[in-house]
Amino acid sequence: MLENLSGRLQGVIKNLRGQARLTEDNIADAMREVRMALLEADVALPVVKGFIAQVKERAQGREVLQSLTPGQAVIQVVHEELTKLMGTENAGINLTTNPPAIILMAGLQGSGKTTTSAKLARLLKTQKKKVLLVSADIYRPAAIEQLKTLAKSLEVDCFDSNASQKPEDIARNALDHAKRHFYDVMIFDTAGRLGIDEAMMAEIKHLHDLLNPIETLFVVDAMQGQDAINTARAFGETLPLTGIVLTKLDGDSRGGAALSVRHITGKPIKFIGVSEKVDGLEPFHPERMASRVLGMGDVLSLIEQAQKSVDIDEAKKLADKIKSGKSFDLEDFKAQIQQMRNMGGVGALMDKMPAQMAGMAGQMSGEAGDKAVRRMEGIINSMTPLERRKPDLIKATRKRRIAIGAGVQVQEVNRLLNQFEEVQKMMKMFSKGGMSKMMRAMQGRFPGLR
Amino acid sequence: MFDFLKKDKPTDTQSVIAPAVESTTSWTERLKQGLAKTRSQLGNQLTGLFGGGKIDDDVYEELETILLTSDVGVTATQALLEQIKLRVKRQNLNDTTQLRQALKDSLLELLAPLEKPLITSTAQPFVIMLAGVNGAGKTTTIGKLANLFQAQGKSVLIAAGDTFRAAAREQLQAWGDRNQVHVVAQESGDPAAVIFDAVNSAKAKGIDIVLADTAGRLPTQLNLMEEIRKVQRVIDKALPGAPHEILLVLDSNTGQNAVSQVKAFDDALGVTGLVLSKLDGTAKGGVIAAIAQSRPIPIRFIGIGEGIGDLRPFNANEFIEALFS
Ligand SMILES: Nc1nc2c(ncn2[C@@H]2O[C@H](COP(=O)(O)OP(=O)(O)OP(=O)(O)O)[C@@H](O)[C@H]2O)c(=O)[nH]1
Ligand SMILES: Nc1nc2c(ncn2[C@@H]2O[C@H](COP(=O)(O)OP(=O)(O)OP(=O)(O)O)[C@@H](O)[C@H]2O)c(=O)[nH]1
Ligand SMILES: [Mg+2]
Ligand SMILES: [Mg+2]
Repeated sequence: MLENLSGRLQGVIKNLRGQARLTEDNIADAMREVRMALLEADVALPVVKGFIAQVKERAQGREVLQSLTPGQAVIQVVHEELTKLMGTENAGINLTTNPPAIILMAGLQGSGKTTTSAKLARLLKTQKKKVLLVSADIYRPAAIEQLKTLAKSLEVDCFDSNASQKPEDIARNALDHAKRHFYDVMIFDTAGRLGIDEAMMAEIKHLHDLLNPIETLFVVDAMQGQDAINTARAFGETLPLTGIVLTKLDGDSRGGAALSVRHITGKPIKFIGVSEKVDGLEPFHPERMASRVLGMGDVLSLIEQAQKSVDIDEAKKLADKIKSGKSFDLEDFKAQIQQMRNMGGVGALMDKMPAQMAGMAGQMSGEAGDKAVRRMEGIINSMTPLERRKPDLIKATRKRRIAIGAGVQVQEVNRLLNQFEEVQKMMKMFSKGGMSKMMRAMQGRFPGLR
Repeated sequence: MFDFLKKDKPTDTQSVIAPAVESTTSWTERLKQGLAKTRSQLGNQLTGLFGGGKIDDDVYEELETILLTSDVGVTATQALLEQIKLRVKRQNLNDTTQLRQALKDSLLELLAPLEKPLITSTAQPFVIMLAGVNGAGKTTTIGKLANLFQAQGKSVLIAAGDTFRAAAREQLQAWGDRNQVHVVAQESGDPAAVIFDAVNSAKAKGIDIVLADTAGRLPTQLNLMEEIRKVQRVIDKALPGAPHEILLVLDSNTGQNAVSQVKAFDDALGVTGLVLSKLDGTAKGGVIAAIAQSRPIPIRFIGIGEGIGDLRPFNANEFIEALFS
């Protein structure tokens, strides 16, 4: 596994044999580590070089040299500069034009244009916009069908194009249709194309001229490597891009392409794709992306996701209960497990954790993770309400009954009760020490972890 | 300036599996055409590097740049550079032209063992399951493979195992139509059931090759990784020993994440072959070198376009030449 940057930098500083402070000499070492971390995260080499030069200057400044924790200070500088490079604004979609406001989608094959078109349609629909989806992808088999299917599931209109038409005719007719039927927004999906495919690049330029879109979004796969820089340049030179969408961030890529593309085009990253499903579109947060690229985990997103999918009332009740010093019972434990499942299972949770923690939780293999959680739920479900409230009551006979009810061995019931106790302890700690203390306590006590 | 490229003509490619191709230009030509356009920068680097002259630190840095910008990755690049330095010392090389050969030799040592063509005569039906992350090129590769196998006189059946993505079935059906190959599909949402049916049908009809499509999935989606393992188990029930080949499709545009993709899919399924798609772009797929170091899995094919004939057996020599063209 890749080490994260803080780990690497700590290494550098330890190597200074007792010297706890960073000097100008070993800043070079630290910068080497930063360089490696960024390259491992797929940031394009020329971008890395420019970035390092910039950071080095700041790292040589007094704020870092005089810091008692220079490693941390360097990370902070790197993180800040990276955030700056990602773009400070959290830019939304621009629709301020005479309707229909047109959004043109562009990008490499398979980057996620069609899916993102549908996601945007869904988002705009919730904002009460009348949206028309249009596909001019006459090349990829069933591409138009794909968009039509997605539109249907969203109950959004889709222009009736077909693969025997010319893209430019589709553009003209769709625009005409959108105007006549008073659509607020028209989202125009195009075929995937390579930056070096001159004919196809000329085609999309022509489409752009015809449509005069207010937004021209460049859709980029977050897993993309060094070539992101060439592709971004090719698209950026052909089209006046207005923004970037970074897709497939639900994977475990570090997403350095974000930095490359952003650097080359100078355009804001407007959205990120976090699922194949049509609701998997989120606003872009530069500082979170910076953390991710550095391997520092996306703790903020994790917390936000938790807030979103967790039943707020339930969570509040639990928090109040813990704060008031009342005991955390099996009913609460179950609620917690359920919340974890709402949050997309243990897998989704893990990729948002900082590298060290994910490594620790990594002992939990694919199966063990979600399956264990389901079994635990099953066990709690076969307890009576009284038992859930007063776990102390659960002795041998009850354990056997519960085990039979849940279809598991008694040992498993025991294990669950042990885990419950651990979490109960952890909850007590949480009420006292907050997040960081809890995270430390999670070591080995995470439900499902053994 | 690049005359070293011209000496190596694609020779043995066609002999492994004769592809039915309508295009006349060889893929190295096509690759070169594509690459030439955007790689003039790199070309300049290379002229400097391989134009002869003394070996010094600058030369190594240039070399490192070339590897890194090809997605070879930090670790694999360092390993390769160490090897080259060793060669330089051992063989008393003192000229950058020789350095060029040393680098090619090191890469070849790494990649040549992965050049193992897919042999499908060991079972009938020979079941090939395709897997990979979203949008990697699985479905398109199936369309190309169907064409390839039919050109070898083999009968083919396609199973529409992606029951999730919008119009995935229609897309695969279109490829079936192009190849005039039957596509087994169901309204049901269970990929294992569809492929199970297809394998049974292939057995009954004496079909040679079954190509099973699956939905794209990211290794972080544990439930989906579990689902595909189930598909694999169910196929084995329909025909013990099947699937005989598990092809993982990797997009050449992918950076270091390809290494984790290989690891995750291999851990889950036991991947037996790789396909490197989209090599017709400007991305060079150098991450294959990193993969070769961590999980040496045979690279069966490369994809070089969206057309039905745009699939070639992997050839390490050609790949390396293209990497440095
Ligand atoms: N996990 C995940 N999958 C995504 C995301 N966005 C798109 N996908 C998947 O990626 C694959 C490709 O997406 P498409 O929307 O078809 O991509 P495209 O750019 O339209 O592709 P072409 O039209 O072939 O160039 C599909 O399987 C999508 O479901 C995302 O944010 N997360
Ligand atoms: N240029 C180029 N494009 C390719 C190649 N292989 C596939 N594509 C394109 O990449 C896009 C995605 O290909 P698919 O075959 O749909 O990928 P997939 O892995 O089946 O995608 P999902 O099922 O959505 O996960 C399509 O637009 C293909 O035409 C290739 O070798 N070169
Ligand atoms: Mg599309
Ligand atoms: Mg597919």
